[in-house]
Amino acid sequence: MVTFDHGAAALVPLAVAGPIVVACILLVAGRSVPRLAVDVTAIAAALAEAGLLAYLLSSAAGGRLVTWVAGWTPHHGYSVGIVLVVDPLGAGIALLAACLTAIALLFSTRYFESIEAHYHALILLFLSGMVGLSLTADLFNMFVFFELMGAAAYGLTAVQIEDESALQGGLNFGIVNSLGAYISLTGLGFLFARTGSVGLPQLQTGLAHHRPDALVIAAFVLVLTGFLVKGALVPFHFWLADAHAVAPAPVCVLFSGVMVPLGIYAAFRIYWAVFAPVLPLGDVRRTFLVLGALTAVVGSIMSLTQRHFKRMLAYSTIAHAGLFVVALACLSVAGTAGALLYVAGHAGVKGALFLIAGVMLSRYGSVDELALYGAGRGQKAMGWLLVAGALALAGLPPFGTALGKAVAEDAGSAAGYGWVPVLFVAVSALTAGAILRVAARVYWGLGPKPVEWSQARSSGNVGEPETRLQRLPVTMVIAIGTLLVGALVMGLLPGLHSVANRAAASFTDSAGYANQALHNVHELVAAPVTPNWTGLGLGLGFLSAGCACLVAVAGLYGSRLVKFLPGLRAFRSPIDLLHRLHSGHVGDYVAFMMVGIAALAAFVGLPLR
Amino acid sequence: MSHYAYFVAGWLIVIGALGIVRSRNLVQAIVCLAVAQSGTYVLLLSVGYQWGAAPPLFSEPATKPTLHVVDPLVQAMTLTDIVVSATVTSMLLAIAIQIHKRTGSIDPDELDALRG
Repeated sequence: MVTFDHGAAALVPLAVAGPIVVACILLVAGRSVPRLAVDVTAIAAALAEAGLLAYLLSSAAGGRLVTWVAGWTPHHGYSVGIVLVVDPLGAGIALLAACLTAIALLFSTRYFESIEAHYHALILLFLSGMVGLSLTADLFNMFVFFELMGAAAYGLTAVQIEDESALQGGLNFGIVNSLGAYISLTGLGFLFARTGSVGLPQLQTGLAHHRPDALVIAAFVLVLTGFLVKGALVPFHFWLADAHAVAPAPVCVLFSGVMVPLGIYAAFRIYWAVFAPVLPLGDVRRTFLVLGALTAVVGSIMSLTQRHFKRMLAYSTIAHAGLFVVALACLSVAGTAGALLYVAGHAGVKGALFLIAGVMLSRYGSVDELALYGAGRGQKAMGWLLVAGALALAGLPPFGTALGKAVAEDAGSAAGYGWVPVLFVAVSALTAGAILRVAARVYWGLGPKPVEWSQARSSGNVGEPETRLQRLPVTMVIAIGTLLVGALVMGLLPGLHSVANRAAASFTDSAGYANQALHNVHELVAAPVTPNWTGLGLGLGFLSAGCACLVAVAGLYGSRLVKFLPGLRAFRSPIDLLHRLHSGHVGDYVAFMMVGIAALAAFVGLPLR
Repeated sequence: MSHYAYFVAGWLIVIGALGIVRSRNLVQAIVCLAVAQSGTYVLLLSVGYQWGAAPPLFSEPATKPTLHVVDPLVQAMTLTDIVVSATVTSMLLAIAIQIHKRTGSIDPDELDALRG
């Protein structure tokens, strides 16, 4: 019998259950109290959750917190109980989710004129699912939290039921994600058949010392499918643009900021905690590098060629999710640390950009870049915020995104992939250049007045906004400002890189994870102490920001450029084809998902024959 | 005989997914999703099933648990799975009803608000 010390670890289940309890109270009492009370309660609950998670993070900093729910502790390394393992990386992502939830709720106070307490309850349930997914070490539990998160997210996407496209987006999102979850569950069935357990540490010991046979590879591919759908990797990504384009702006903050990274987090958590000792490293690394790079390229091309601003941001999230995967796919401490920093910085910046899109929708009733040409000339302040957000997304030092990119680029080169920094700079420049182009058109009226209307693509005239705002409420400004300042401060915190290194070292330590969960053995792995910024990282950051400005100028004056270089027209038909593939048809999305599963299985399995 | 159950599970998942791909009706697509999920119930239950084994019920603390019981863990998981299915299916059907109210159609081929 192993004894597990309590203290902070006893509070871990509370972090999952707390938001659910508050959500239930809001659902029951929400009708009989004023809207302000509902808003304040929900924000207070999110802040309290953030406080609790910060405490757990600081307690887990020296190792991991292990909780066997209801005291089902393991005997000789075996238990049928559910185990929660809090390591710094998991707690950090959960903390990010709680902070973003508080900001999204703050923004919502004035964004929705008439919304009932069920919106707040759904947001808190969503938070609970995200926290649960980051803290659990049980595969079936992951599936349940995935679906809790999913059901809340489908509801939040379609919360404005008067909007036809919001309903379609919510439905596509729901069907594709749930099917992905069931495919993951099938993989879990395979793993249970082999090992008789579903806890990640038990699965690791159960699978060790065997050759990776067909069952293990099938289980790996199937289990990962659901999480890769959530993480929006090509070709599992189609639902994301639909859902993000139509969901309310504050909900998009949570979707892009944490939900999508959480899918990737879960995929790599499962890899490190279960499959790392079994599957050959080079095989997995190659698979994820290809997947990530493909996602980054498709996402940035689609983002650059959008005129619907929220859809543009959605594809930009896909592109950056591809970069997260490329960083994690180095399968090293440095790459994981880079991805962690990048996810945190990206969450702040992309959140701010989505909120600015929400402000545009509230003020002008549209997010269509072409229709809004020059519409924002009177509101230059918001324009400057948009420019700041775009440059931060490009990785202008000292924003946190730049720090994450620099660390990840360095890790890519160190792993022997010289193309990684090139990909990072190109994707950053393309996605940020598209946003700078929007800012220049809408807030400064630069470039020729647009006349071309392509029917093959979504315009931004979706749905009527909740309210037409005449003045900008202070809560919205605070929410946008907090996110941008947060991303800026992140890059300036001294020693943050070393903290991320320690979190990544603990995350990638497969044996230590299983030993501590099953045998209560604490072993701290050493992590390198590195300075935040290097000259090369700073230089690449400034280069990306500069290239983004060039991309924006080329986008504004592109029609004139084509007159001089008619060869550019050749690119039009492949890009149109790419757009036609994103058909908005749920059947097509599922078909691509099946193709993706087959491709993934071939990639992982064939080299092992 | 025991392989037959795995075959049924795989068949349900694949035919459910294929049904969503080919569907011309959103309600049918959502039911196909539920069919695919039924495959996971069959898979989980057949993983833990043993021929000739007793149900996993231990009423008296004194009785030694016999070795021949079916696995209770997968049954608990299947129950949870069914609850999840009920939540998700009802949520999606509610959205489908709203789509019909707004557009008068539930044919995914006719819904084209989201392209490119």
